[in-house]
Amino acid sequence: MTEPARGFPVPSYPLGANPSFADLLRATRPDGPEIGPAAGVGVPRGTTVLALRYRDGALMAGDRRATEGFAIADERIEKVFPADETSAIAIAGAAGQATEIVRLFQTELEHYEKVEGDRLSLEGKANRLAQMIRGNFPMALQGLVVVPLFAGYDERRSQGRLFRYDATGGRWEEADFHSTGSGSLSARGTLKKRWRPELGRDQAIQAAVESLFDASQEDLATGGPNPVRGIYPSVWTITSSGVSEVPEEEVRAAFEAVVQIAREEGG
Amino acid sequence: MFQPYVPPEQMIKDRSEYARKGIARGRSVVAMEYAHGILFLAENPSATLHKISEIYDRIAFAGVGKYSEFEDLRIAGIRLADLRGYSYGREDVTAKTLANAYSQALATIFTTQMKPYEVEILVGQVGDTPGENELFHILYDGSVADETGCVAMGGRSEDLADHLKDAYREGLSAEEAIGLAVGALSAVEDKGVEPEHLEAAVLDRTRARRKFRRLSDPQLSSILASRS
Repeated sequence: MTEPARGFPVPSYPLGANPSFADLLRATRPDGPEIGPAAGVGVPRGTTVLALRYRDGALMAGDRRATEGFAIADERIEKVFPADETSAIAIAGAAGQATEIVRLFQTELEHYEKVEGDRLSLEGKANRLAQMIRGNFPMALQGLVVVPLFAGYDERRSQGRLFRYDATGGRWEEADFHSTGSGSLSARGTLKKRWRPELGRDQAIQAAVESLFDASQEDLATGGPNPVRGIYPSVWTITSSGVSEVPEEEVRAAFEAVVQIAREEGG
Repeated sequence: MFQPYVPPEQMIKDRSEYARKGIARGRSVVAMEYAHGILFLAENPSATLHKISEIYDRIAFAGVGKYSEFEDLRIAGIRLADLRGYSYGREDVTAKTLANAYSQALATIFTTQMKPYEVEILVGQVGDTPGENELFHILYDGSVADETGCVAMGGRSEDLADHLKDAYREGLSAEEAIGLAVGALSAVEDKGVEPEHLEAAVLDRTRARRKFRRLSDPQLSSILASRS
């Protein structure tokens, strides 16, 4: 092989080009020692996100609140992001760290696709994310924990699939639904009641909105829908035709349906 | 080891000749601006070893000559673009940056390596309006030309350019551009070109963030069939 061309960041590998952007970034700019914030320094933290499988694929949703201690840091933060054209990632935990991991993960997938001329398999993407979360472990030990959910449409199996993670990079596939973040326990309670195999799109959106609404009633860090200021959870669908955000009107309609049912039941 | 003195003029001449011969053996690539962007068309019997590739949101790459060498440059370009876009912003990655880097790299290789790269490459960037498109044609010795309209490179590039020059006009539709490019390729090869031996891609400004799109064989066939 020839010497690295001048002006280009070309690390030398024994055989073949390494398609990983994260490795390239590390080789070009070695990180200094990782230093987290001193104890007591507040950083904004994202709270509740959830994912569930439904008839057309997978659905992800998150409330819109970030907290810093007992204060609300942000009422309109986004916690669900498209990772590429067939998968999405939702993150709870330290917001700054989380958005950085999302950005790196998005670039990683696109970089692989361009270098190799093929997309990574969904399994491959899920494993890569696990390695990146494990890379964040020194920061997690210092309090900057990031816990994502990953959902994608598996084109080889023609179905949606969900993966959950822990702070050490542990990775588990979920068959039906999962939630993470401070309000996740009550959100999961509601999901358990509402989830059925082969849910339709509208039912899936309604189940997600109801779960986040219930979480906001139980957990002070989870933001509920705010009709006065027009703040509603963000809901994304991941299907064979791609990753798309559910329009706000649909989410609002789902929320109103949930409130209507609660009124009728005298809740 | 005894090395005879070779005057620089002679060395450059020998190396250029070597590189040109290598490039002339390969097949050609055509790039053409059309109404909605830039079309790239290559004669390529392989369906998986590409000559045309996406580099970044608005930027594409095409190479002719020796596969291993332009593949090297293609991957280096993707790395440069992704690192730039990640460190700064997505709109800060430009064809100009890439063309400069390629030019530097090829010039260095041309003068310092055992043998020059036997490649010619194109870096194209689609703009918001046709006037903002950019096409850089970079040669084996690092010289760069800023092109407009249509460019041909590779084995029969001069014949191809002659054919294209007369028929090309601004504001072609995608179908017309493909027809014109395929027509020129068939004319210089003196035979029909099968769609499965063509590789085509566009940078289409009407698309969302990533403007690059490959045209599949069935898409190409149906466009060519509707025109003949």
